[in-house]
Amino acid sequence: MSKELIRLVDCTMAFDGETVLDSINLNIKDKEFLTLLGPSGCGKTTTLRIIGGFLKPSSGDVLFDGVRINDIPPYKRQVNTVFQKYALFPHLDVYDNVAFGLRAQKVPEKEIEARVTEMLSVVSLKGFDRRQVTSLSGGQQQRVAIARALVNRPKVLLLDEPLGALDLRLRKDMQQELKRIQKQMEITFIYVTHDQEEALAMSDTVVVMNEGLIQQIGTPEDIYNEPTNAFVADFIGESNILDGIMREDYVVETFGRRFRCLDKGFAKDEPVDVVVRPEDIDIVPVNEGMLTGTVTSITFKGMQYDVIVDFKGFKWLIQTTDSPVVGDRIGIKIDPDGFHIMPRSKYSGLYGDYSSFSEEYEELSDAEYIPEDEEGALPGGDV
Amino acid sequence: MKTFNRVFTVIVFIFLYIPMIVLAVASFNAGRDIAVWKGFTFGQYGALFRDGVLLPLLLNSVIIAVISSLAATVLGTMAALGIRAMSPRMRRVTMAVTNIPMTNPEIVTGVSLALLFAFLGQVMKINNVMGFATLLIAHITFNLPYVILSVMPKLGQMDPNLRDAAMDLGCTPLQAFFKVIIHEIMPGIISGALMAFTMSLDDFVISYFVYGPGFVTLPVEIYNYTKKPLQPKIYALFTLLFMVILLMMVLMNLLQAKDEKRLRRARGVFGEKEEAKT
Amino acid sequence: MKSRSLATPYLIWMLIFTVVPLGIVVWFAFTDSVTGAFTLGNLARMGTYLPIFVKSLWLAVISSVICLAVGYPVAYYIAGTSPSRQRFFYMLVMLPMCMSFLLRTLAWVSLLEDTGIINNFIRSLGLQPLPLIRNDGAVVLGMVYNYLPYMIMPLYTVLIKMDDKLIEAAEDLGCTPTQVFARVTLPLSVPGIISGLTMVFVPAVSTFYISQKMGSSGTTLIGDVIESQFKAAYNPNLGAALSLVLMAMVLLCVAVMNRFSDGEEVATI
Repeated sequence: MSKELIRLVDCTMAFDGETVLDSINLNIKDKEFLTLLGPSGCGKTTTLRIIGGFLKPSSGDVLFDGVRINDIPPYKRQVNTVFQKYALFPHLDVYDNVAFGLRAQKVPEKEIEARVTEMLSVVSLKGFDRRQVTSLSGGQQQRVAIARALVNRPKVLLLDEPLGALDLRLRKDMQQELKRIQKQMEITFIYVTHDQEEALAMSDTVVVMNEGLIQQIGTPEDIYNEPTNAFVADFIGESNILDGIMREDYVVETFGRRFRCLDKGFAKDEPVDVVVRPEDIDIVPVNEGMLTGTVTSITFKGMQYDVIVDFKGFKWLIQTTDSPVVGDRIGIKIDPDGFHIMPRSKYSGLYGDYSSFSEEYEELSDAEYIPEDEEGALPGGDV
Repeated sequence: MKTFNRVFTVIVFIFLYIPMIVLAVASFNAGRDIAVWKGFTFGQYGALFRDGVLLPLLLNSVIIAVISSLAATVLGTMAALGIRAMSPRMRRVTMAVTNIPMTNPEIVTGVSLALLFAFLGQVMKINNVMGFATLLIAHITFNLPYVILSVMPKLGQMDPNLRDAAMDLGCTPLQAFFKVIIHEIMPGIISGALMAFTMSLDDFVISYFVYGPGFVTLPVEIYNYTKKPLQPKIYALFTLLFMVILLMMVLMNLLQAKDEKRLRRARGVFGEKEEAKT
Repeated sequence: MKSRSLATPYLIWMLIFTVVPLGIVVWFAFTDSVTGAFTLGNLARMGTYLPIFVKSLWLAVISSVICLAVGYPVAYYIAGTSPSRQRFFYMLVMLPMCMSFLLRTLAWVSLLEDTGIINNFIRSLGLQPLPLIRNDGAVVLGMVYNYLPYMIMPLYTVLIKMDDKLIEAAEDLGCTPTQVFARVTLPLSVPGIISGLTMVFVPAVSTFYISQKMGSSGTTLIGDVIESQFKAAYNPNLGAALSLVLMAMVLLCVAVMNRFSDGEEVATI
């Protein structure tokens, strides 16, 4: 069982009266790949910067190996960062960029040469030593940034949405490569992203965040299969989220009908949120269906069809290889393991209806709506 | 329309350079009167180099320009760094103060400094307070805004994470400045310094109010001269200075060209989604 | 060490050498030159200088407008050439500004004088010499000549920063080149126009050298009066009062003009 390396205790961060992080508690284990996942503004980058030492929490403690490091500046922490836009030093070539940290620590030149060359091999940039960083492609710069951080043999590597600027296929390759490097070097990776597919693909542990709070911590499978509230259920993959009532263990009632499910432990007649993933719904003839509804739209996605079906005014998403026609009345069938039950939360009722895919779409024609600012790079505090 | 613009521009440039041509021609004139051509000669240039009055004055101007621009560069660069870290309100106030010497008429700046020095002179019981020190102080004061306004855009263009990256890799903030940041803002520092130097070298109005008899700069002396007939040696000096400044501008030009090329290349790589290359 | 504190030496310097001196000007303006007591007398005498203030204002406004009319086409042209040419032109525009403004003005004197170059040429043609100097027109010429680059540069800066796509969009929506200019380019260049006008107006309204050399006794400007108070008549209190009014005038004009821009600081350097 690997030991705990970093612990955040009741960390709160407030800027100009606005609470960006609300009493966060987090344990990060040695050698694990942990991802902070959430939408813009959820506080994930703030958390990362606190661990890196670029921000001091307004209150709470940051512990490294049991030692409180709140007041230790970034240049004294055994942590290195891969920045979102790489932050390579334009006036230095690849070799000098990668060697930068080692030189700052006064490592002898001979050793630097060995370690830099080895690192460039690890990131598949052998022979690039003397290239100017401004002449490299995004993917290459990416790898220089990783090499520059890892060559210092940090205990922890922080990665702030490093793959965002890359082309889709390259991104997928880099995800695999980062995973491979992490396993090979046995370093703790703390990764920040808003892309849930990426988080599920790479992580040992996923921390889902929203509005400065941790919503759920778990393995990718846990997060996907057993979300704890409507926000997580909606953020990860697609979900239909319905209002329901637990009649008794293994029985949930929704849409005026009772269904068998696999969850228990709720109070009798407790109001709950019911999650049904679009891929767990089968389309059947109307007379065989557990519920019936009308198809309102159908989109061909290659791998499957996205079918929007109207059930008593609530729009469901079904992903299927069947292709019904708009206007058809269809029946649906859901197996017991297709239901996931969650207790109600403040997010109940906000998500899960497929009248539109995004919040912004609904607000577009609302003259009163003021869009929130995106979570940009937060001002670096003085150290 | 385009041809009109082009022709018009050429005419305007000729207009701008007429005096230069007149003075350059006059520097080769054997006669004293600019308007009366008396034959071609290098005589004035020779007289210039043998002159014991004009060249020391030029030296004075250069000394003041060099010292004040260096001081303004250091102070101004530090200020630009500090301003970036300020709260928006503080920053607005500071930039407003920075703009004062630039939007104030020069005569008011000169007069206000003269009064300040006179006042300080009374308080500190110094007679004839105007001299090298007052001149230097005045020059530094009006040079500072140019440096700041030159460095700040460069700071803004710089990737804000560079400082964090340097510290992440083990640099103290001071080391981060000298190893990374200064390289990024160097074009701004240099152009600010050059601009300050040029403004200083040619300054007349402000210097006129704060100079003392012990240390006179060239422009001020030329003004005093022009109350009597003008020596032709001055035209030679002017033409020479023109050449020097032209050279400096060409240098600045080349520097800017290099800087722009580098920026364009960097932005081109950052800005777009990449094809899956290597 | 907080980064903010790096600016502290600068702030202290500016406080002592920019803010305090202005305060001293105010103090002198309200002080009697003989008794040292508080007085409004200096300001009261401003009335006698009203014609001079008006003349300074008037000549400065004319010069600014001429600079705009002359400078805009030039800035427009330069902004439309290739980047390497732009740098070249920019350098050409800046170069005169770095050369002795005294000597360049004197060169104009020798061109325009009755016994000057132009008139010598005219006389050689057998014609009567023209009164090209010692009048308001010559002063305006001097101002336009000296301050034209200060107009061209901000205009140029604004014009090159203009997004080509806006022009394309206007053309796409059916505008002729004239309409594109009038409806898109010109309005968007207003910050540059304001900046240029300010940068010409301020020195023009406060100059004393140009009016001395190229004007007549009727073209005494406010700058001349201030200069003489400090150098000849030695009445710094009156001079301070005049300076104060001059500053107020400038601030007023700048504030009025800034109403027309959206407050963006156009970096003209």
